[in-house]
Amino acid sequence: MVNHLLPETLEEALEALARKQHLLFAGGTDLMVQKRAWAGLPRNFEHPVLFTSRIAKLNFIEKRSDHLAVGATCSLEMMLEYPDTPDLFKTIIGEMASPGIRNHATLAGNIANASPAGDTLVGLYLYDATIVLKSLRGERLVPIADFITGVRKIDLAQDEMITEIRIPHQDFTHIDYVKVGPRKADAISKIAFAGAAKTNDLTVSDIRAAFGAVFKTVLRSPATEAMLKGMRIADIKADLASICEAYARLLQPIDDQRSNKEYRKAVAINLLARFIKSL
Amino acid sequence: MAKIEFTLNGEVRQVDIDPTIRLLDYLREDLDLTGTKEGCGEGECGACSVLFDAEVANSCLVPMGNVAGHDIVTIEYFSRTERYRILEKAFLEQGAVQCGFCTPGMIIAAESLLRKKPKPSDAEIKIGLSGNLCRCTGYNMIIAAIRQAAKEGEGLW
Ligand SMILES: Cc1cc2nc3c(=O)[nH]c(=O)nc-3n(C[C@H](O)[C@H](O)[C@H](O)COP(=O)(O)OP(=O)(O)OC[C@H]3O[C@@H](n4cnc5c(N)ncnc54)[C@H](O)[C@@H]3O)c2cc1C
Ligand code: FES
Ligand code: FES
Repeated sequence: MVNHLLPETLEEALEALARKQHLLFAGGTDLMVQKRAWAGLPRNFEHPVLFTSRIAKLNFIEKRSDHLAVGATCSLEMMLEYPDTPDLFKTIIGEMASPGIRNHATLAGNIANASPAGDTLVGLYLYDATIVLKSLRGERLVPIADFITGVRKIDLAQDEMITEIRIPHQDFTHIDYVKVGPRKADAISKIAFAGAAKTNDLTVSDIRAAFGAVFKTVLRSPATEAMLKGMRIADIKADLASICEAYARLLQPIDDQRSNKEYRKAVAINLLARFIKSL
Repeated sequence: MAKIEFTLNGEVRQVDIDPTIRLLDYLREDLDLTGTKEGCGEGECGACSVLFDAEVANSCLVPMGNVAGHDIVTIEYFSRTERYRILEKAFLEQGAVQCGFCTPGMIIAAESLLRKKPKPSDAEIKIGLSGNLCRCTGYNMIIAAIRQAAKEGEGLW
């Protein structure tokens, strides 16, 4: 008999994870679809399920001095309604799925699912979010770009779980987000682009670009961004073609039925160019 | 198996059940509450909508483990309310029901929407219904019905 668990405290959950492998289960909006079974039958999960929904301590969203902290069971809808959620995340979440799904889906689940098409990821990469992992051994703070290691691959040990996500406060002067997909609600996105910049008068003190679904993970280019920092806006615009080329070399869309590689790459680069022109 | 306590249609229940069973199956098969429909079984159509702590949820994606400690209302119980009567009248008058398969889910989504936004704009109605598919009516009549219900039921939500 499989022993599924519904712990009410984090300690209980971490003890169970330390003892034995479990499948962490949050809103279930990915897991219930991935593990579909015939109507009426229990799902076929390969490990005992540990439901996180009862752990009251993880159900929060809170603005702290230098970041927004989102608990592992906080729903996307709760995040959408929270006054201090950055506008970029409100836009992203507002275009995801439907209210019924968003009432249960979590940010932690979207991250841990690590789909190249996960919509919140471009935002989290752009903001340099940190994932907080806990186990009986202690706590690890892992930058999102290190946490996601590949398509559906994450840096999570068997005895660890995500307890919260930290989104640093940023004072961007420009922000841009575009998701190109077949249908607004319920569409797993095809291409996503998010860009942000901080400019004062003529120069750019911070500029970032994140691409979703055109690489095995969300793609940012720290080298290109570092090169652009401190440049005059006019010079960046004059260099548009070579910047686009630099990114085009990095993008390696995964070819699947959703749309072909060349199309994805061309659209992604057009979105980047549009963002730079808007500075 | 797990012991799960929750409220269903106003009554506290305790069940000993496999917590990975879908709420949808528990409602339809164990309790014969068949007003909640199964369309796609994967979160796309909204036919399985129920109220979960007064907000719309897709019962095909909610396992019993996530029901523990919460308050579930199905269309059978909601249909006893005055707000339901307002919605029913509006749906009938606007021709928002044809085959009726999507209707329980649409009503639940409408209730969830109107509780948050008693005077929704058309754009807000569309967002509120974005998880519910209807193959018959083409949505305009459903949107009109919710507009009418919001007006006639003013003060109830
Ligand atoms: C109809 C429909 C439409 C959708 N539309 C979109 C969309 O537009 N954009 C989009 O990006 N996604 C979409 N999704 C996918 C899904 O809703 C999201 O990925 C959601 O954020 C997943 O969260 P969850 O809590 O439901 O995850 P779950 O299904 O509970 O879990 C997902 C993964 O996260 C892991 N996990 C959960 N909690 C933890 C934890 N605390 N620590 C470590 N690992 C954990 C689980 O083990 C699992 O691998 C859609 C899904 C459906 C059914
Ligand atoms: S049956 Fe649940 S959304 Fe279609
Ligand atoms: S009335 Fe037939 S699906 Fe909506």
